[in-house]
Amino acid sequence: MNIAHLVTARRNPKGWHWTDIAAYTYLVLGVVLMFGPVLWLVLSSFKTQASLLEFPPSLLPLSQKEVVVTGYPQPLPLFTVTMEDGTKRELAQVRRIGIQAQMVDPANPSQQFRVAIDKRTPVRQFSLATENYSEPLQRFAFPRFLANSVFVTVVATLITLLINSMAAYALSIYEFKGKNAAMLMVIGTLMIPITIILVPVYLVVTKLGLVNSLWAVILPGAATPTGVFLLRQYMLTLPRDLIEAARMDKASEWQIYWRIVMPLTLPALAVLTIFSIMWRWNEFLWPLAVLTKTESYTLQIGLNAFQGELQTQWQYLLAMTVMTLTPVALVFVFLQRFITTGIANTGMK
Amino acid sequence: MTLTSKTSPATSPAPAASLAPSRGANPVLKLVTRILDWPMAGLQRLIGERRMPYVFLLPNLVFFGLFVFVPIAINFVYSVTGGPALFPSERPYVGADQYSYLFDCGSYVDPNTCREDHFWRGVYNTLFFSFFQVVAMVGLSLLTAVVLNMKIRGRGFFRAVYFFPVLLSPVVVALIWKWILQRDGLLNAAIMGLGGERTLFLTEPGWAMFWAIFVSVWAHMGFYTLILLAGLQAIPSDIYEAAEMDATPRWRVFWRLTLPLLWPNLIVVIVLSLIRAVQTFDEVFVLTGGGPGTSTLMVVQYIYETAFSNQVQNFGLAAAASVVLGIVLFALTLAQLAFTQRKSS
Repeated sequence: MNIAHLVTARRNPKGWHWTDIAAYTYLVLGVVLMFGPVLWLVLSSFKTQASLLEFPPSLLPLSQKEVVVTGYPQPLPLFTVTMEDGTKRELAQVRRIGIQAQMVDPANPSQQFRVAIDKRTPVRQFSLATENYSEPLQRFAFPRFLANSVFVTVVATLITLLINSMAAYALSIYEFKGKNAAMLMVIGTLMIPITIILVPVYLVVTKLGLVNSLWAVILPGAATPTGVFLLRQYMLTLPRDLIEAARMDKASEWQIYWRIVMPLTLPALAVLTIFSIMWRWNEFLWPLAVLTKTESYTLQIGLNAFQGELQTQWQYLLAMTVMTLTPVALVFVFLQRFITTGIANTGMK
Repeated sequence: MTLTSKTSPATSPAPAASLAPSRGANPVLKLVTRILDWPMAGLQRLIGERRMPYVFLLPNLVFFGLFVFVPIAINFVYSVTGGPALFPSERPYVGADQYSYLFDCGSYVDPNTCREDHFWRGVYNTLFFSFFQVVAMVGLSLLTAVVLNMKIRGRGFFRAVYFFPVLLSPVVVALIWKWILQRDGLLNAAIMGLGGERTLFLTEPGWAMFWAIFVSVWAHMGFYTLILLAGLQAIPSDIYEAAEMDATPRWRVFWRLTLPLLWPNLIVVIVLSLIRAVQTFDEVFVLTGGGPGTSTLMVVQYIYETAFSNQVQNFGLAAAASVVLGIVLFALTLAQLAFTQRKSS
């Protein structure tokens, strides 16, 4: 028996309480509001430039049907025409002359018509403009951005896993002088977001000669207090006898860490991996500050630059946005449980 | 929600405990293991077992030192020096000039009277944004958590639906909404379809701020919902049973039982969302660019632009502004610690 029974007496023979209906209405509304915009983005990204400029927009990606008519080298756009006698016919348009259009019957090419343009409506069919996806991959620096983002995400996550797990190991398994001071340092860094030390971190990165290199993005965020805490909390629960037994077997401290503690910490490492991938893939402010050359842009920075330049070419921008969110969406679909438990356990993201 | 089903500590660690690299392991990993074993064992012989913890701690502390603690110190140096130079040694000492320039206002209520009016516009926009964003965020995530905690079908699905925007990048979030809110976007189409007027959502100051708040709540409420839902599920059910025996009305149960018991989580959510709201930058920056004019310019954007994107890069002024922001964040964090301490005691 819990609050659920109390607040919703759905199993109650009396039937539905009004709060049940309110709850489901709220949830369905939520699905529309949370999921709708993303769905709209994906649908829009498959529309041709012409149909993106339409107002009001069509729900599905549609494009005008074209037919090949004998005697004409190019395929001709197909329209439904209301004839003078009120009947409707499907005709292909040969050319448009002012407010008149010269049309032809696809079935009978010798029969030509002159039609006022407001008497015709395009015949449309469902079609996916996949060129929105393939063209940016060839025309813009998009593949470069993609490669940069993958490099940053992978390398940064590996470094984060290694150094954070080492620190967590030291702080969970050993007693040593200065342990409390080290813990305090880690807690201290929790309070200092990059937003308040942008300028000096930029200086440090410059001194290290890393400006405009991807290492400038990778290194500053590699040590994370969140990661240390998450792993330490987990390592504290490992049985100590195991470590003692290994020491008896003359294992070095490094071997204990690498061959015993690390394999046992895999679940926590998995959570940190997912977090780190999310952080790095989505990181924005710091790369924006430190990357000024197009060839070193990550996806997020590239996308932001595109949205300034490609205001009139939404078809590419939308497709690139979809490509940027796809990896995250996949991670979410397959690893949702890890992420939600990770957040619920640590209260961090 | 099963909180610990997958991440709980392994209960049967025996198989992994052997010293040899496990049989199925990746050959690359095996090689790394071999290569690392030797020097680390040698190091241990050299410095002794008791100093090994420092070796493990070192890389992380070097990173923290280099990219957090040294920068904090340099930040103060920047804020008391002037000139366009990046290296502190080339910057002349100016004392509190940067701060007095920042705070030079005819009247603090009116940014127009300030010498650095953009900073103050940023401050007021951030205050306005943070207040309404936190109210909406906490209200909606509480409501959603309570609804998700009811006995409903497909709870996992609904929870995922509310949560997934948390994982989207700020740029993607902003572009999704920009596409909907633009002049010929879906929202205007819907409004005009219903006989309304076309509205320029992102270029009218009031609307731009409204949508900045809306989009930010949309993107992050799933995170806070999750924390509150975990809190709701931790409330022992016998309390509710007792209440039911007494036939206490539901709203009263919520008001007198649920809310007080959830209070510690609620405090965490309020302070955490406030800390994040004060640092808002990316979504709003991509959505509105701080505009129209300066009507959605936030403090962090002011810092970023002052230091990196204005024609004259003013590191000193940006550093002074970030020290001010840092003090505010520090105060908020202390408040959070104080509240959570009270909770645990």
